[in-house]
Amino acid sequence: MTEPLGKDLLGLEPLSAEQIRLILDTAEPFKEVSERAIKKVPTLRGKTIVNLFFESSTRTRISFEFAEKRLSADTVNVAAQDSSVSKGETLVDTARNLEAMRIDMVVIRHGASGAARFLAERIQSNVINAGDGKHEHPTQGLLDLLTIRDKLGRVRGSKVCICGDILHSRVARSNIWGLLKLGAEVAVCGPYSLLPRGIEELGVTIFRRIEEAIEWADVLNVLRLQLERMNAGFIPSLREYYRVFGVTLERLERAPRELLILHPGPMNRGVEIDSRVADGPHSVILHQVTNGVAVRMAVLYLLAGGRPEQAEAAKRGREGAE
Amino acid sequence: MTGALERSALLDAPAIARAIDRIASDIVTLAGGTERLVLVGIQRRGVELADRIGARIRDRHGAAVEHGALDITLYRDDLNEIGPRPVIGETRLPRTLDGRIVVIVDDVLFTGRTIRAALDQIADFGRPARIGLAVLIDRGGRELPIQADIVGERVPAGPHDRVDVLLVEVDGRDAVELVRRPPP
Repeated sequence: MTEPLGKDLLGLEPLSAEQIRLILDTAEPFKEVSERAIKKVPTLRGKTIVNLFFESSTRTRISFEFAEKRLSADTVNVAAQDSSVSKGETLVDTARNLEAMRIDMVVIRHGASGAARFLAERIQSNVINAGDGKHEHPTQGLLDLLTIRDKLGRVRGSKVCICGDILHSRVARSNIWGLLKLGAEVAVCGPYSLLPRGIEELGVTIFRRIEEAIEWADVLNVLRLQLERMNAGFIPSLREYYRVFGVTLERLERAPRELLILHPGPMNRGVEIDSRVADGPHSVILHQVTNGVAVRMAVLYLLAGGRPEQAEAAKRGREGAE
Repeated sequence: MTGALERSALLDAPAIARAIDRIASDIVTLAGGTERLVLVGIQRRGVELADRIGARIRDRHGAAVEHGALDITLYRDDLNEIGPRPVIGETRLPRTLDGRIVVIVDDVLFTGRTIRAALDQIADFGRPARIGLAVLIDRGGRELPIQADIVGERVPAGPHDRVDVLLVEVDGRDAVELVRRPPP
């Protein structure tokens, strides 16, 4: 029996392989819901969900919103721009206010690593981390895993190289945890200045040259160069980055096998990825976006039910029901 | 679980086969033929039963009957109480249900809540001309005003008893068993 997910989804690091598989398996039937003429099921009717975004986001916020609406939850979007108040204090106040409004779940994106956990420890509602600083972005990690499983038939044994700005990337961290737990071989590739120190201790291989990564991998997960975080001189120039690390058609044509190309978006075409690759036959970038809604529906569904004390009471009341 | 459980056989494999025969022919009568008929099995054992009933109708009438599968988990009214069930089965229905005669197939009819959920779900997929209900076992104990059109066998079971329908495809053998349980 798989251990339930518990109250919150804060990252993939605390989850077991079984729990990750449970989410991926649960996502499968939700894919079909989005293909129906009426793309809606009444599962979360009456639940109120707040999407609390302290950082701007288009794709993730819309994806969560679709997932929530397709499960019939009521949603409120709060786009809180950076405040001058220190982040800890802001969050405590926000948390108290939300609780006072009797909500059921919070989806939070925040620039500070650990913000989701901070919130989760202070409110009774379920908390889903939609990206916290450089820490984790678990639903992105899950949708990447689901996409790899869809396309390769398995995650175990596949060779996945995460390329680019690993240092600033919560997507990289969630990917590394999820992939390792499910038995993939994981590598990273990027300029030395964009690799976190000690990353090899997690059990990942480091490639210095993109050509080596392409020769080794089944899957490239090409990360966005986070231009807004790049004012500290991590790379000489964007053109230089593309010349040395860009995932180009010419480089892919020399690969010994067909590669799967993932990108969490939004893309910087001509910086980390060649337009011809992004739009080419190896790209599964739009499949990732489709899977994102299914994975988020699965997470909402798994967290929303399962209040253990109610489950016990209900079981006593109706043993032997259908 | 404490207390001794008393398990008794209700139907054996030949009795189940006869019941399915009868249900199949009653369904064709209800639908006035096979032309507009769609069999919809409820996950999990209702799907297997619908497959068997469909095969029986095909053998007897020479016409293939469309069948689909329905998982009603997302339409349950007790997600809060029971918590999510880990694995949701497949939902697969014909492209359109409009104007069709849909017969829902399930193994056991008890409170009626599963069928309530199935009716809601089917309404989201289309507007059938008629929806019928065929079950292998009606054990009584309804909590909603829902009755089956076609019943294989009626079994008076107490509210705490369990009726287990076992099918070769899922359980390795065909049997229906009653498990008597004392009130908790």
